Amino acid sequence: MSAISLPQTESRASLSELVDQNAGRLMVLPATLVLLAFAIFPLLISGYLSLSRFALAPGGYKLTFIGLYNFKRLLVGAQQYHFLGTFKAMGPLQWSLFGVFVLLVLYWLGQFVVTRFSVVGFIGRLISASGAAGIVFLVLATIGTGGVPGTLVTTFIYVALGVAIQFVLGLALALLCAQPIRARNWFRVIFFIPLMVTPVGIAYMFRMMADMQKGPFAPISRIFGLGEWAWSTDPWSARFMVIVGDTWQWTPFVFIVLLAAIENQPRDQVEAARIDGAGGWQVFRDITWPSIAPIAATVVLIRLIEAFKIIDLPNVLTAGGPGLSTESMTLNSFIAWRTQDLGTSAAVGYLLLFASTLTCVSFFNYVVRRARRHQS
Amino acid sequence: MNNGNAPSLWRRLFEAPAIDEQALLPKLGTYGVLVLWTLVVLFPLYWVLVTSFKAELEVDNGPFFLPFIDFKPTLQAWRFMLLENNTLGPYLNSIVVSVVSTGLAVLIGSLAAYALVRIRFHVKLAAVACFLVLLAAVVVAVAAFGVAWPIASVVAIALFVLFLGTIGRRFKLALSNGDIEFWMISNRIMPPIVAVLPIYIMFQHLRLLDTQIALIATYTAVNLPIVVWLTRDFFAGIPIDLEESAEIDGASKFRVFFTIALPLVRSGLVATLMLVLILAWNEYLLALFLTNARAQTMPVLVSAQNTTRGPQWWYMSVLIVIMIAPVITIATFLQKHIARGLLIGAVKG
Repeated sequence: MSAISLPQTESRASLSELVDQNAGRLMVLPATLVLLAFAIFPLLISGYLSLSRFALAPGGYKLTFIGLYNFKRLLVGAQQYHFLGTFKAMGPLQWSLFGVFVLLVLYWLGQFVVTRFSVVGFIGRLISASGAAGIVFLVLATIGTGGVPGTLVTTFIYVALGVAIQFVLGLALALLCAQPIRARNWFRVIFFIPLMVTPVGIAYMFRMMADMQKGPFAPISRIFGLGEWAWSTDPWSARFMVIVGDTWQWTPFVFIVLLAAIENQPRDQVEAARIDGAGGWQVFRDITWPSIAPIAATVVLIRLIEAFKIIDLPNVLTAGGPGLSTESMTLNSFIAWRTQDLGTSAAVGYLLLFASTLTCVSFFNYVVRRARRHQS
Repeated sequence: MNNGNAPSLWRRLFEAPAIDEQALLPKLGTYGVLVLWTLVVLFPLYWVLVTSFKAELEVDNGPFFLPFIDFKPTLQAWRFMLLENNTLGPYLNSIVVSVVSTGLAVLIGSLAAYALVRIRFHVKLAAVACFLVLLAAVVVAVAAFGVAWPIASVVAIALFVLFLGTIGRRFKLALSNGDIEFWMISNRIMPPIVAVLPIYIMFQHLRLLDTQIALIATYTAVNLPIVVWLTRDFFAGIPIDLEESAEIDGASKFRVFFTIALPLVRSGLVATLMLVLILAWNEYLLALFLTNARAQTMPVLVSAQNTTRGPQWWYMSVLIVIMIAPVITIATFLQKHIARGLLIGAVKG
């Protein structure tokens, strides 16, 4: 009996030794496997789906490889109106605005070439610059001319306007709340709440609030003769509502992180400056802002990453309407999926991935990195 | 001198109040703005709460603001939603899915983050590239040429091992810990809509669509990057001495992790748990794709209330209230932890 049990204990000891020697790998393994299974592998499949046509067939479905047809349809073909928008001829005003933007971008590129040129850096900046110019062109050719913007432009409107408003509001509230005032902890707890509320709930909440007939502001809107007006029938007021909901939810995030950052700023410097007679604006510009800039940049980056994924609010608030005016790219992809058009759905998803990655990586390289470098 | 100690009547009357006023006005402005934002935050929530105690008639006949004064509150909507409507099923689903997936994500993510902070990795770039190429080849082979997937994967694994043993040894370029971390965190940039179609098909093949397991697995993966990103900095911030002395005493790496490292970052872990729990609790898009009836979660149930007669606000409000009440309660108590956790993440980024 002992002859049998002896090798067993030996092998057990060597097993635990083996585990300990490879502890690092074993610790990283589950995370790697999960990410491979739910991110990398789906990404590959999705790539294949975006290059094929999906059709239901007897006993299942059929995938036919059709190359870049789905992308072509979205960018120059039948779905262009949906994805890029409906263009109208640009007048001299639109062209000159576009010209000014292109000149600005060229100036920025030229600065880089003159001061610290590197091949990789130049290619990266060239890609970012053409992406930005493309978006500006789309905005001018659709919104600028009275055409209809597609889901790409709508998504960028949400991201740019939404994040900008949230940042300004969050920063202002954080600066106010960082002052030595009474009840600041009370404000802090309350301002934090919207972050907890589910976006779907927020969408319905704001639909209730904005009801002009029986919502809480109905008496006011009646005074202004707006009782019959519905925000959901006008493209810009509908988009505005989506941004309002998003801002209500995400301003607390900016607020809470920036408040913590402001409280971490060098207090002795602030006091010294105050004794020297510096005003509030001077203290902010010379001490507070430099010390919180890296964190502010990171907060904006996180918001950018998440803002590109917006779907809950437009889907519940307006279902993408009126027309296409509030449809984000994720919603576009979802609607394509619902109509069994898996190829288009995956292609839109991939284009969203490109747009969001390009924007976030550009922001990281040109803003976040610089803010951090300045600090250290 | 004399003036400084006893200010003249003129100064007392005019200058002193002027100085006070200067301090008072901005202060009033500050309070004004803060109170205004408090109203912006609280009023919609108040409106939802009040609406949940209204009957159809009171909602339709224009705005009523104060229960017992404006209108007579009723529990009718609450009774219907909690007793007659199938609300508790989705509620239970939401609890199970978010709690389990949060636990898993934090466990798996903090293990990986700890290893990436404390142990040096050296992953051959050539091996990673080979793996990805083979994975893509398998996808194409199965999808386009109809090769049975077990055969394709066995061939791919064999090729991979062959590659590692022969040509793979020649390449020196390797990924460091920073690269692996970056890869894990950067997964968060990927919009879920890109991954959800294949995940849907995957679960369809596994016959796991519309189950809690599908949601738990997906949520774990989606929130893993956040856990790695936050906990990495917590682990990097604790002194290594304790862990080293425990290892000299013969404790295994896993034991050191669970008994020494994890308890040291407790408060950061609470922040991470809370944040991931909220994200999982409120998640909508993936649940919309992956569930149907049995495993439906609360956000999907709430969004499905849009009936043909228009949304029935009184029922909807009940759902929103029971959805947000528990998270707000917990988060209010842990608010300081969460704020600090977020700050640490943003500082190190």
